[in-house]
Amino acid sequence: MSAVILDHITKTYENGKVTAVDDVSLEVSPGELFGLIGPDGAGKTSVFRILTTLLLPEKGTASVLGFDCVKNYREIRNRVGYMPGRFSLYQDLTVAENLHFFATLFGTTIEENYTLIKDIYEQIKPFSNRRAGKLSGGMKQKLALCCALIHKPEVLFLDEPTTGVDVVSRKEFWAMLQQLKQQGITIMVSTPYMDEAVLCERIALIQAGRIMSVDTPEKIIDTFPAQLFAVKAADIYRLLTDLRNDPATESCYTFGEYLHITFRGHPDTNPQQLQEWLEQRGHRNVAVKQIRATIEDSFIRLMNEA
Amino acid sequence: MAEKVIECRELTKQFGDFIAVNKISFDVMKGEIFGFLGANGAGKTTAMRILCGLSYPSSGTAAVAGFDVYKQQESIKRNIGYMSQKFSLYENLTVTENIEFFGGVYGLPMQEIRRRSNDLIRTLGLTAEAKKLVGALPLGWKQKLAFSVAIFHRPRIVFLDEPTGGVDPVTRRQFWDMIYEAAASGITIFVTTHYMDEAEYCNRVTVMVDGKVEALDTPARLKQQYQADNMDEVFYRLARGAKRSAD
Amino acid sequence: MKQLLVFIRKEFYHVFRDRRTLLIMFGLPVAQIVLFGFALTSEVKNISLIIIDQARDVNSQELTGKIKSSAYFITDESVTDYNDIEKAFKQGTARCALIIPAGFGNDLLHGGSAPVQILTDGSDPNTAKTVVNYLTSIMTGYQQELSKTPPLRYLIQPELRMLYNEEGNGSLNFIPGVMALVLMIVCTALTSVSVVREKELGTMEILLVSPFRPLLVLVAKAIPYLVLSLANFLLILFLSVFVLDVTVKGSILLLVAESMLFITTCLSFGLMISNTTNSQQTALLLSMMGMMLPTMIFTGFMFPLENMPVPFQVISNIVPARWYFLIIKAVMLKGLGFGYVWKETLVLTGMMLATLGIALKNFKTRLS
Repeated sequence: MSAVILDHITKTYENGKVTAVDDVSLEVSPGELFGLIGPDGAGKTSVFRILTTLLLPEKGTASVLGFDCVKNYREIRNRVGYMPGRFSLYQDLTVAENLHFFATLFGTTIEENYTLIKDIYEQIKPFSNRRAGKLSGGMKQKLALCCALIHKPEVLFLDEPTTGVDVVSRKEFWAMLQQLKQQGITIMVSTPYMDEAVLCERIALIQAGRIMSVDTPEKIIDTFPAQLFAVKAADIYRLLTDLRNDPATESCYTFGEYLHITFRGHPDTNPQQLQEWLEQRGHRNVAVKQIRATIEDSFIRLMNEA
Repeated sequence: MAEKVIECRELTKQFGDFIAVNKISFDVMKGEIFGFLGANGAGKTTAMRILCGLSYPSSGTAAVAGFDVYKQQESIKRNIGYMSQKFSLYENLTVTENIEFFGGVYGLPMQEIRRRSNDLIRTLGLTAEAKKLVGALPLGWKQKLAFSVAIFHRPRIVFLDEPTGGVDPVTRRQFWDMIYEAAASGITIFVTTHYMDEAEYCNRVTVMVDGKVEALDTPARLKQQYQADNMDEVFYRLARGAKRSAD
Repeated sequence: MKQLLVFIRKEFYHVFRDRRTLLIMFGLPVAQIVLFGFALTSEVKNISLIIIDQARDVNSQELTGKIKSSAYFITDESVTDYNDIEKAFKQGTARCALIIPAGFGNDLLHGGSAPVQILTDGSDPNTAKTVVNYLTSIMTGYQQELSKTPPLRYLIQPELRMLYNEEGNGSLNFIPGVMALVLMIVCTALTSVSVVREKELGTMEILLVSPFRPLLVLVAKAIPYLVLSLANFLLILFLSVFVLDVTVKGSILLLVAESMLFITTCLSFGLMISNTTNSQQTALLLSMMGMMLPTMIFTGFMFPLENMPVPFQVISNIVPARWYFLIIKAVMLKGLGFGYVWKETLVLTGMMLATLGIALKNFKTRLS
């Protein structure tokens, strides 16, 4: 049995004018680390709120651990952990007070499930008497995770846990998630950062309320249908305009210092040819390589196909 | 040798015992996209405030667009543009009203504002939305409009404080296309961010750790130097040892 | 049960760690008592009065002497020209003028009546009226002195007593009003803000997703403010008795019980507001505008209800503070027992149950 099931879920706001979630279906297996990848406003938060029984869907059914999200919401509330996107704890309570409060709220004690949060909590323990408002972004996030875990949930919902947190903390956070997965907890996490997609076992790419693709990151990348080239030159802006204006170019997007390009109807483009062709056009320091797509390339392609 | 638009020498800002910015030195060239990276609390915001003419340094020298940060703050403000993700436009004013307001703030004549505003609305493809409230626009459009407004008075430098967060990959790229275009037209772009993928778009980046500039080079050379695949890893190596962290 | 206790303790932490809340909570009553007790008295003292005595006879001297010796006026006799009076009014150096025409004494004693002119600055009608009253009463007194010989045969001599407030202590009427006002502000505003803050923080989502019963969230929010409001009530009572010399005539126990009822009503209003708003600012504005203004206007402690147009009098009936004000006045100042205020108590109880019912019914176990 799947831990989380969404079956043709639709959710609209403002009397149907704004569609936040549009006919979404997906399943998450027990013990899986599942990522919901998409930009702001794609409908990630609405999906999480439906699953955590905070919102009622208009159409479709959803269930968590076999319990219906509408009818059996009490059972679900006893069994899941949830970290909302803008969750910021009680700023005026200390670290220890926050944790104690949430433990009691969920009818448990810190001691009872300490083993589960031990590794994470040890890192913030030196600051246990500090007010949560005075913690750094990374430490707040660790505390929030502890609070969401303290009642030993079977499924953990994390809505954009890494947004606005620096790289170091983000890395540590994903490492913590991998550890939690070892303990058998099903984790569903959302993120707007495409580079975090590969850290999940399976992902769903979501845009404008619709699921564009659900699979392992590997398979999504493998199904990228065209040859992809990364190109750079001394004057990146001129390179961009030149390539965009060329009729053979199918897509051309900036990726850091490189441009990622696909061509129309050239099944076997040679990087060497491409380089020469660009040099003929007066570009200096040209570098061309054929590359494997990233999740972001796939996302853009799926977005444009939709 | 390209013209220097920002010159920073041993710039320091101290709050009591706390040295927020510790003797930083760098130059930014005309038309350059200059990334200013650092973890929360590394001193990015403090340094940028000084360069924008919003606060005085404790010691060291800096000139922005040729003006001194101690004595010519007013001239600095007239020659820079500013955009941040937190605040950039008035949500309850229309697109046109926002443009006219910000044009007015910089003292442009009304005729000039009208002319440029019409051009801008046309290039952005917002003709149908010109009379709509900004709050009703999608996030991506707001960001593009905010950037256009920030460079509306043709500043020499534009400061972008964590400009793109959370938009879809296509919109984000359209945004960066605009930045490249502005840079190609000679406007210097100064971006602070802690999103490393944004760093990859910059010509050169600085990484600040604990108030000091720990690294300053092109993304490619930094990646080479730290034997990393991406800026994420470069940053991780540099910032991992950071002692302070705050919001 | 343990969950509830922990929750309540958390609420107390919030209150005691936020200086702003504490200031509103306990600074407000003190400020109000001081303001209403000392600054805002309806008595008028030290009014600058111009006297132009054109008669300069014995009687005019006697009359001006009486005026000068009263505590109400600071007299100015330097002005002689009639036209200068208006100048003084415009500059604000004088509020009123008394002109005694030539031949005053002669007219009074032999003509039987003598006119005098009183000019007042009508831009402040309340003060003007009071001034006229003071002056005429001084003149009447003087008139009676003159008429002593021969005495009037039928003289009505009114003997005045202000019941329940023999000394004319102006603060008496304000105290119940201030109590109603402060409790209203503290309970309604602080409760609604504290619930809405959880929504802003995102903690409300966690609370809802937890097994903790959503209705208990409201109970846990209400209890600390109930306790604090009661403390507040006692603080006001203490200040009134020891600073403003108000004597509590009725039963303190009854006062406390009635106040608990009123506090619960206010808390329910606060919870009702928090159900419909999502930002602390809106909640604060709603409770200030929606609760404080009607309390000030329709309670009857600042503006007499009897003088209001009928529609306003009808509206005043739905303001809970109005009924609380009546009860407190009756119990505290008149010393009446429950037998005399049961009707008002019943009305207030009805209001409390209605608002609490609405608040509980509208509390969502999900996000809207």
